[in-house]
Parts: sequence; C-alpha cells; structure tokens
Amino acid sequence: MVAQYFNEMYDSDKLRPPYRTLEGWYQKMPAEFRAIKQAEAEDLFRRYGITFAVYGEGGDPDRLIPFDMFPRVFTAEEWRRLERGIKQRARALNAFLSDVYDRGEIIRAGRIPADLVYRNEAYEIAVAGFRPPLGVFSHIVGIDLVRTGPDQFYVLEDNCRTPSGVSYMLENREVMMRMFPHLFQENRVAPVDGYARLLKRTLASVAPEKCERDPKVVLLTPGHYNSAYYEHSFLADLMGIELVEGQDLFVEGDFCWMRTTEGPQKVDVIYRRIDDAFLDPLCFRPDSTLGVPGLMNVYRSGGVTICSAPGAGVADDKAIYTFVPEMIRFYLGEAPILENVPTWQCAKADDLKYVQEHIAELVVKEVHGSGGYGMLVGPKADKATIEAFAAKLAANPSNYIAQPTLALSTCPTFVEEGIAPRHVDLRPYCLVGRDIELVQGGLTRVALTEGSLVVNSSQGGGVKDTWVIAEE
Amino acid sequence: MLSRTAANLFWMTRYLERSETTARLLDLGFRNALLPNSGGGYRNEWSAILQSKGALDQFTEKYGELKQRNIESFLFFDMDNPSSVASCISAARENARIVRTALTTQVWDAINLSFQELKALGRRERSSLEVPELTDWSLRTAALIRGAIESTQLRNDGYRFMNLGYALERADNTARLLDVKYYVLLPSVAYIGSGLDNYQWTTLLRALSAHRAYNWAYGGELSAAQIAHFLILNPKFPRSLLSCCIELNAHLDHLARVYNRSTPAQEAARNMLGELAEARIEDVFDEGLHEFLSRMIGENAGLGKCIEDQYLIGEAR
Amino acid sequence: MILTVLHKTRYVFAAPVGGIVQSLRMTPAKSDSQRVLDWSIEVPGAVLGTPLRDGAGDILQTASVRARSEQIEVTVRGTVETTDTAGILRGHRERVPPRAYLRGTIRTEPNRAIIDLVDATLSALPDATALERAHALSAAVSEALPYTPGSTDAHTTAADAMTAGKGVCQDHAQVLIACAHLAGLPARYVSGYLNATEDGSPHEASHAWAEIFIDGLGWVGFDAANKCCPNDQYIRLGSGFDAQDAAPIRGLVLGGSEEDLDVTVKIAAQEQRQQQ
Repeated sequence: MVAQYFNEMYDSDKLRPPYRTLEGWYQKMPAEFRAIKQAEAEDLFRRYGITFAVYGEGGDPDRLIPFDMFPRVFTAEEWRRLERGIKQRARALNAFLSDVYDRGEIIRAGRIPADLVYRNEAYEIAVAGFRPPLGVFSHIVGIDLVRTGPDQFYVLEDNCRTPSGVSYMLENREVMMRMFPHLFQENRVAPVDGYARLLKRTLASVAPEKCERDPKVVLLTPGHYNSAYYEHSFLADLMGIELVEGQDLFVEGDFCWMRTTEGPQKVDVIYRRIDDAFLDPLCFRPDSTLGVPGLMNVYRSGGVTICSAPGAGVADDKAIYTFVPEMIRFYLGEAPILENVPTWQCAKADDLKYVQEHIAELVVKEVHGSGGYGMLVGPKADKATIEAFAAKLAANPSNYIAQPTLALSTCPTFVEEGIAPRHVDLRPYCLVGRDIELVQGGLTRVALTEGSLVVNSSQGGGVKDTWVIAEE
Repeated sequence: MLSRTAANLFWMTRYLERSETTARLLDLGFRNALLPNSGGGYRNEWSAILQSKGALDQFTEKYGELKQRNIESFLFFDMDNPSSVASCISAARENARIVRTALTTQVWDAINLSFQELKALGRRERSSLEVPELTDWSLRTAALIRGAIESTQLRNDGYRFMNLGYALERADNTARLLDVKYYVLLPSVAYIGSGLDNYQWTTLLRALSAHRAYNWAYGGELSAAQIAHFLILNPKFPRSLLSCCIELNAHLDHLARVYNRSTPAQEAARNMLGELAEARIEDVFDEGLHEFLSRMIGENAGLGKCIEDQYLIGEAR
Repeated sequence: MILTVLHKTRYVFAAPVGGIVQSLRMTPAKSDSQRVLDWSIEVPGAVLGTPLRDGAGDILQTASVRARSEQIEVTVRGTVETTDTAGILRGHRERVPPRAYLRGTIRTEPNRAIIDLVDATLSALPDATALERAHALSAAVSEALPYTPGSTDAHTTAADAMTAGKGVCQDHAQVLIACAHLAGLPARYVSGYLNATEDGSPHEASHAWAEIFIDGLGWVGFDAANKCCPNDQYIRLGSGFDAQDAAPIRGLVLGGSEEDLDVTVKIAAQEQRQQQ
C-alpha cells in the first residue's frame, strides 16, 4: 500500500500559491529551448568547476551533480516556521555538546543514557572539560528535513560536524539567475548570497580570547583529491580567506602558524573540513598526514579555535538523534517545533523485534553510516535484498536503527517527457557563533529516478535551486 | 600569500616552460634526423637529446632500441617520462587546479583547454600525427597561456612567482640546449666548423625560434662564438641567460619591495646578473663552454633552492 | 618517600630531518599519591609551549623544532614526594567521565583467549565485589603472561601478547584493560616511573600499569607485571586508552628518516628529607 505523496506544486490538482508563476513558465517553454538551457546550465557548472567525486567508485572525478532547473519553492510563512525550528534545534544541539563535555547534567538527570554518549566513538575524551569560545561546538549545523504534507516537516538527521553541499545552494542560485532572470523579476525570491559573509562573521566571532586583532580565519581542507575540494576552494574564495592543507600550518609555542611567502603568520580560527581523527597525529590517529601535529594542544590552551569543535560529532550520531526533542525540552524548556521521524533503536530488544517483523515496510540504517550507504528501503527492496539485510541486522542489531518509510513530498522535476513529480528533501545551513543565523534557502536534493526515495548525490540524486518567496 | 600557493604558481609555469622545451628538443631531433646519415648517424643525436633530459636510461629500459617513433612518443605522450610534453602539461594543470582561485578565468581556461586538447591528440591515430604538428601545437599553446597570464593576471606577488618559475626554467633550458649542441651533439671535434656542424647550429637556432633573430643581430654568418653570445649574453634575445637573469632580478626585487624584506635570494640573483652583465664571450670560451654552462646551470639551480627556502616553505622570518 | 628522576630520551636520525613536533606527557600531576617538589623538561633547540592540563588531568606540553636537525634530546629532571595510597588515585583533578573508558581500541581488543581468561576467572567468583574481581583479573593476567623482557614491541596488541603468552608491563596493562572491559569495568592505561619492585630488585624504571574504576573508590591502579597495586615507589605521568594514547612522548618528524632511540632513566629514593 503506497501512501499518497504530497505534491508541493499541485495539492490535489490545485496549484499552490508559491508556484503560481512557474506554471506558465514551464508550460510555455518549448522542448528545444529547455534542452538548450539544460546544456547551458551544465556548461556553467563545468566552467565553475563544480564537480563531485563519489567515494569508492573511482569513476570520473569531474562528474557533475545533475542539476534540475525546476525550482523548489517555499512561502515566507512556511519558512518562518522552519527557521524557528532549525534555530531551536541548533541551540539545543550546542547546549547538549557544552553539557556532555562539562558536567553532563542531562545524563545525571537520567534523560539520556550515559553509555550512548560516553561510549560513543565520537565522544572525544581529549576535550572533556574544555569549553570552546562562546561555548559553541557546532558552528555550522546542517539539518536534513523532509516534508510529508502542507504542514508536516520531519527532521531526518542532524549534521553537526562539517555538513557539505552549501556551494550547490549558492551556485544553483547563480546559475538560475543567469539563465532565467525574468523569473526573479516576477518572484520576490529571498537572496542567499549573504551566506559567505555570515559564515565569515560567525567564524570570526569565535576567535580565541587571546586574539586581540582582526582574527585570521583559514579553511583547512584534506586537499585537492577530496571529493568536496571544489566546495572548500569556493567557500574560501567567497570569504576571502586562505584555503590551507595540514602541511601549510605548523605549531610552535602556544600558537598555530601558517606558512606564507612573508614568513609564518598566526592563525586564529580554523574552519576545518577534515574529520576529528585526522586533525592532529599527536592526539588522534598517528598515521594522519592531513592534520597539524600539536594542534590539539594549542586548541586546548586557547591559542586557536577549531570549527566545528573536535568532539561535536557526538551530537549528530543516529542513536543520539532520538533524544534531540528531549534536549530541546531539557535545555531550552521549549516544545520542539520540528518533529523527529519515529525511530526504533535496534539495540533495544522490543524495538528489534518490531523491526524484524516489519522490515519490509521500514527504512533501516546503519547507526554510523552516511551518504545513503548501508541502508535498506524495505518497500523498494526485493526479497533477497531484504533477507540479506535481515541477516546483517540479526548479527549486529545495535549497529542499526529503523524508521517508517516516509511519504516524502514531491516537487515537479524536468524529465524526458516534460515534468514529473520527484521526491525531494531539504538541507538548510544554520550558523552558530555570537548570533544564530540562517539564510533563507538551502540545498534541495531530488531523487531523479522515478519512485526513488534516495536523494543522495552518491546514489544518483540531483539538486535544485530552493526559493523562499519574500512577503508582499 | 600562502607559501604552497606560491609554490604551485611557481611550478605551474616551470612545467609549462619545460613542456615547451621538450617540444623544442623534439623538433631539434626531428630536424637533425632529416640529415644524411653520416658520422654516427641520427641514433647518436637522439641519444644526445635524451641525455640532455637525463632520460636515456629510462628510455632504453622501456623501449630498448632508439626508434624514432618511440622517441617521439616518449618525448611527447609518455606519462612515465616526467618531462614529456604530456606529463608537463598535466602537472601544470594539476598545479593550476589547486590554485584555481589565484588564476584569472582566461589563464585557467587556456591551461585547461591545452589539457583537453592534449587528451584529444592522444586519442588520435599515431600515424596521422607528424612531429611538426605536435611541436607547433606545443609552442602555440605555450604562447597562448603566457599571453593570458601577461594580459590578465594582477601584478601581485602571485604574478611574480609565476614569472620567476618561467625565467628560472627558461635559463636552465637554454643552457642545456646549448650544452647538448656543443658538448654532446657533436660526434667529434673534427666536425667543428664543418657543413654538418653549421647545419646543426642552424637547427638549434630554429628550435629556439631564434633563427631569424640571429640573422638580424649578427648578419647571418654562423660562428660558434656569436651563437654562444646570442644565447648567453645578448639581452635582446628573450631566451638568453642574461635576459632570464634580468627577469629573475626584476621579479625578486619586486617581491623584496612589497614584502619589505630582502633575502639571500635577491643577493644570489644579483651576483649572477653581475657576472653575466660583465662577461665577454671570450671569457666563456676561456673557461670552456661546457664548464661555463654547467656552472650556470648549478648557480641557477642554487637560486631556485634559495627562492624555495625563502618563500615557498614559509618558515623564513 | 622522595624520588628523584633523571630521564633522557634521545632520537638520532640517519639523515637530517626538516622539523620535529612532540607532545610531551612527562610532568606528574598533583594527587594524594604524589606531589612535585621540582620538575623541569629541557629540549635543546626546541620551542616549548606553556604546559596545559587536559581532561584526564594530565599535564601536556608541546615541543617544536623548526630547524633541520640530526637529533633531538628530551631531558626530564625532578623530585617528587610520593605517598602510598594503596593504589587508589585520589585528589587527581580530572574531567573525563569514567564510563568513557569502557571503550576499547585496536590495542585492547579482546580475543578468544582473553575472553576465556575472564570467564574462567569470574565464574569462580560469583559473589565478588568489583574490587575483588579487579584483583582477581590482575592476578590472572600476571599468571597468563610471564614477564619476559624483549618479547614484544611498542605495537603489540593485547591479543598479540595473549597469543604469545608472554610480555612486558605494556602488555600486562593492555590485556588487563581488555579483561576489565569484558567485566564491565572502565579501565585505562597509565604510564609513569617505578623506583624498584617490591622485593627491592632493580627494574626498568619507565613503567606502565592499568587503572580500573571501582564505584565508591574511584580509579585504582593495578600493576599486573609486578602483582601489586602502585605505592610510593611509583610516579604517575599520564593515562589514555592504550599504550600509544598514553605515551609520554608522541612525536612527528617532518621528512622522517630512520631513527635510533636511546633512553636512560634513573630513579633514586632520597633516604632523608632535607631539613629546612
């Protein structure tokens, strides 16, 4: 029994207001014009160098993420509620991180099981007791949302470490504005191009107390072989900061320095796009060549700020996810504005039993997995796949969680024959520093295959420009 | 700027210049091979060319006998040969990609395009590709990229490092080409001044795109001393050692001014310039052309090391 | 007891290296068991960072050498007043929740033999307290791994050592940590110095042991290699998940080459306290 999917443009065949002007736009567009525009878009992306390598595939490193020209649109009112919910969540996640690396009140109060936090691989004992500047651990919180009805939004997962994809949000808009300027004259689309300025301001606001000048902010990348290198270089360029690799930095005394043609320059804030494990071979993985030896000592003595803070990953674990509504109530004393997807913890015997009995209806995910790998979409899988997955689940239940198969909303998407509904999700990027900021927009990912619910770019998903229509 | 960025720019242009030199060497070898087979034959000349690139052993290991087609492939397409045109263009493009944001769109497009064209050439039937087409393409590409740099890049420190890379590599290459001709290429001293010798000198000048320029400057009469003067001491010829050294000094002085700091690199460059500006061609031959060129190659490499220590490592305070 | 320490570690490189960065965990932190009277770390040619205290209460210091170097020498000198607290770590300021030490690493991952050892030991003690179980496990580990100098190296894991059936203090500590985890007890690796074994025979003075967390008591040291709990002959430097994590020196050499390591440690007890 397949649920009825909410179509964001045509609700029970009625055109929804935010899409008002788009109906005429696509209907009047001749097929050949569309093909020209699609080619033009691809050309623009390739020219900008926006490519994406998929992990473990070894394919074309210059592959483009498919871009769908049909925008996804929110009203100002819809967005207001999302914004409040997202900011609320970002505050609670940071409060949680501050707490579990300090006194752990939420655990003492019995609201979250201690082992879920302290035995978690992402809980870094190296930073226990350390309070980063302003108490902020996760400076860029990417919250993955799905929609199932006009007013039903669910949080699918939180990304507290280094959520990627924001370059697509910015470039998708650039490309749309170049290709269809009149659409932006007809619609009052809220701009997203302030993101880089806000990000820079956010990063500068968490400079160490010791820093008594205009903070020197850098972006630390694993290097140009990384699949997200384009994004790193793009963001660094937009912010006007140096894009550095581990080898460009070194530690001496109580500070971290950057190698420049004018000699060593002190660095105050590092926006890192590498994992904790690789940050410092003297503290974490000794074989890491991507990090900066000695960096964690400088960090812990307040000589440099690392964004996101090492250890922030403990808040976005899929097992911790279940407790985020609890965090909101505990730290903020508020009711959660955005709901979680109901989740079964296969580590619990009762939950496991339910999941095993209903596996064909559920989405089962690895606790530490990401990118749409290691997951089963029950209703879309054949019998053999389900059986193979069930065996893996039985062997190691605590490695899995399960969720109902959500009736993900659809948005019109260009296909061979014209337009057709395709499932979408949304990732907005919330910035947390001295202030909490959110640009009006985000990355909409779309499952291009008919009927598919998997939107990950590594699994054949594409992207769309995401509009928030400003109020009249 | 970030030392690594400067290093990428510096190496980007070094590889670009190197690819051009390899193409010129290929052209030199090709023209020499058109000579009638006398006194050692073309095999020796090709081996001399490979020797000048320090690649003779690598070549024989991979291909065995010195067959012209193989040598052409080795010098142009072979990615196992680090100084093949293909290797150098790929390395230059890789360096450019890393510092994409430090380049103008025109420069990036020119480099990226050369890479794509190279790949297209690689897909073509080898028998349809003659050496002149390959070398023409290389020289045209080199000029296009250099032109894009000159006409669009900001005159900031990055521009200086690009030009230092060009000048340093060019000096090295001119010295090596001349050295190949004089020291290695001649099968025996008996050929000096012979018709064969003259033909080879001409070819060398052609390979440096200096044939007509030489005629204008020296009135057409070929002499070892005049050619050596042209390639080493003539400030009008853009590939002469002296011209390269003047370039090096200009860009290093610029860096010293904007960084408000003079380093041993400026001193080393000034010393080199001091000698080249004062030298007479007789002094060069007194020392021995090969000896002189070897020394210059050494000093040039020393200056490169000095630039690296002072700017590209980022520790010099 | 007053213990004096002179600890020199010298790395000599086959070819000059481009630079060295080390994180030194070589300063004893104050607790009821130990009080530092004087202490110094010298690394000629290096810039030293300000000492900092991490969440586990250890004192860390960074040493950086930027110049090309053929060797680096770390000299630690100091005097510590120690008190026998029957192995219990009290008055040590730390922030890491004990339960975080229920996590294993590749070096403390148990194998079948370790699981069997724990089963055999604990099944004989159905009603034992946590402390009694910890003692029993420590005794079982010393039994299972006869102390055999040179039998293992710095990369040996608990499972490797168990398979080999012998080891040094590092292996005893790591196997005991694996055992404690299986028994549901938080456990960690401790590095430090030992003046002499209890029977007074001289001993390799750099030492390691395990700490097991006992509810109500706190962290308690177990030196399975010497079949005892740390007393006033011990100086505690720092802790971690395993030997690598708790190493007194974690370093990285730029443009690394073959290195020769030379370590000398002298520990001596001062017979009398000096009168003021």
